[in-house]
Amino acid sequence: MLTMKGKAIRRWWPLFVLPTLISFLLGFITPLIQGMYLSFTSFTTVSDAVWVGLKNYRRALQDPEFLHAFWFTLLFTIVTTILVNILAFFVAYMFTKAMKGAKIFRSVFFMPNLIGGIILGYIWQLLLNGVLAHWNISLTYSATYGFWGMVILVCWQQIGYMMVIYIAGLQNVPNDLIEAAAVDGASSKQILYKITIPMMMPSITVCSFLTVTNGFKMFDQNLALTNGEPSNSSEMLALNIYNTFYGRAGFEGVGQAKAVIFLLVVAVIAIIQNRITTRKEVQA
Amino acid sequence: MINKISHAKVWTIVFSILSIAWIFPIVLVLVNSFKQKAFISTSTFSIPNAKTSAGFENYVDGIQKTDFFMSFLWTFIITVGAVVIILLCTSMCAWWIVRVNNKFSVAIYLLFLLNMIVPFQMVMFPLSRLADLSGLNTPWGLWLVYLGFGAGLPVFIFTGVIKSIPDEIEEAAMIDGANTFRIFFTIVVPMMRSSIISIAILETMWIWNDYLLPYLTLDMQRFKTISIAIQYLRGGYGTVDMGAMMACLVLAIIPIVIFFAVCQKYIIQGIAAGAVKG
Repeated sequence: MLTMKGKAIRRWWPLFVLPTLISFLLGFITPLIQGMYLSFTSFTTVSDAVWVGLKNYRRALQDPEFLHAFWFTLLFTIVTTILVNILAFFVAYMFTKAMKGAKIFRSVFFMPNLIGGIILGYIWQLLLNGVLAHWNISLTYSATYGFWGMVILVCWQQIGYMMVIYIAGLQNVPNDLIEAAAVDGASSKQILYKITIPMMMPSITVCSFLTVTNGFKMFDQNLALTNGEPSNSSEMLALNIYNTFYGRAGFEGVGQAKAVIFLLVVAVIAIIQNRITTRKEVQA
Repeated sequence: MINKISHAKVWTIVFSILSIAWIFPIVLVLVNSFKQKAFISTSTFSIPNAKTSAGFENYVDGIQKTDFFMSFLWTFIITVGAVVIILLCTSMCAWWIVRVNNKFSVAIYLLFLLNMIVPFQMVMFPLSRLADLSGLNTPWGLWLVYLGFGAGLPVFIFTGVIKSIPDEIEEAAMIDGANTFRIFFTIVVPMMRSSIISIAILETMWIWNDYLLPYLTLDMQRFKTISIAIQYLRGGYGTVDMGAMMACLVLAIIPIVIFFAVCQKYIIQGIAAGAVKG
């Protein structure tokens, strides 16, 4: 049922909805639909698309570099999600206890987040190459160095962000619950595992969701830090797709097919991950 | 009691050391920006001395090579314009979606939800071509592209906030004779204030630092953002002018640090509020 006010507002749609909707059609819906269509065609300039069916998908899935990038990204995402969340939770936990200077520390830990991925990549390239120079090697010596270099970079970047979310979550845990448990004789370890963490599940859901999707979509840091070197073995999914589009002529359709696969993977992970963690959420 | 106090002290010391280590990468870039190119990769960790110091040479060089101040200006214009348009349009759109609540509004809401999980690579190629063809390859064209591609999250957050605002106040205002505009701008917007600040911060961080979208859509002959200018220094086949690179990194970080120092209270609160509600 539409209220009187609803009716009054509805007539104003050209002003309230149209600007966003037109931009949305232009910047999202049209390229999305066109992208779906193009993944089944062979093309170089979009207008010369020829239908080829599932050929692009077959070629994408037979591309060893794409498969390598997939596993590389998956492993990277698992490692960073675990590390970033545990460390950020620990830091947030410490900072919500009475501690001198927690506010300053909080700002310091948060700051890397405001710096763009390209800049972060070059900062860490300088530092890590400076360290590795002692052994006369560099980050691009092997994919293992690139991998851990990116893990360090992402931890440095994201711990502060997740820490802020965890601090907000910790402040929402009702104090009387913890006090009641303490009165009943629960140890601080028991309080942490039986009360604080279960009550923190909404924050854990948000943070793990963010770290998983950030890991999967990572591009700028990868481009600046290693650019996929040596020979594309430190290439993550997003960079692999980019290089397929703009690195080799005649592979645009394959690149678009890879992008569709990428979208499906990201969507499935987001849904599964959200299901698992929201199921664990509890009410006080 | 004594045990507890010394505990807190130990942790303060531990975190002081950690904080210094945390800032170290940025300090290292600053130090190296005053060294001559040749010494940056050979003696990364030493303080510049009479032999290795380059004075401000790297800065002059870096600014000239990248036309840094123009890039800064374009990044600023793109970010401010896009954030203002996103805040204005998506908040109006979200209010309309919630209050009208018909089949059409539910349908577009679902599309905005879809928007949040689609990675940029999916629309990258068609979007960059569309931008070229339709003349959106300018900073002001990019405002619309950002509004379009980035509408999902703000619409999602704003609709959540608006749903929690009781609409009796708005109805009372309407009975008193206020028109739709006045209701939106004098009643709804003030009540959305904190979420507007959160979204403004999130979008500013995203757009200011974004590399790929402007790189693929902007007309490179005329416009470069800071991230693009820095990436340009890499040049072909991995040859990097390390001196100019270090100087540009420092120049890129300075405005961010100032921005953070000025509004860190809002930034940290905004992130926390946005995440808890989202």
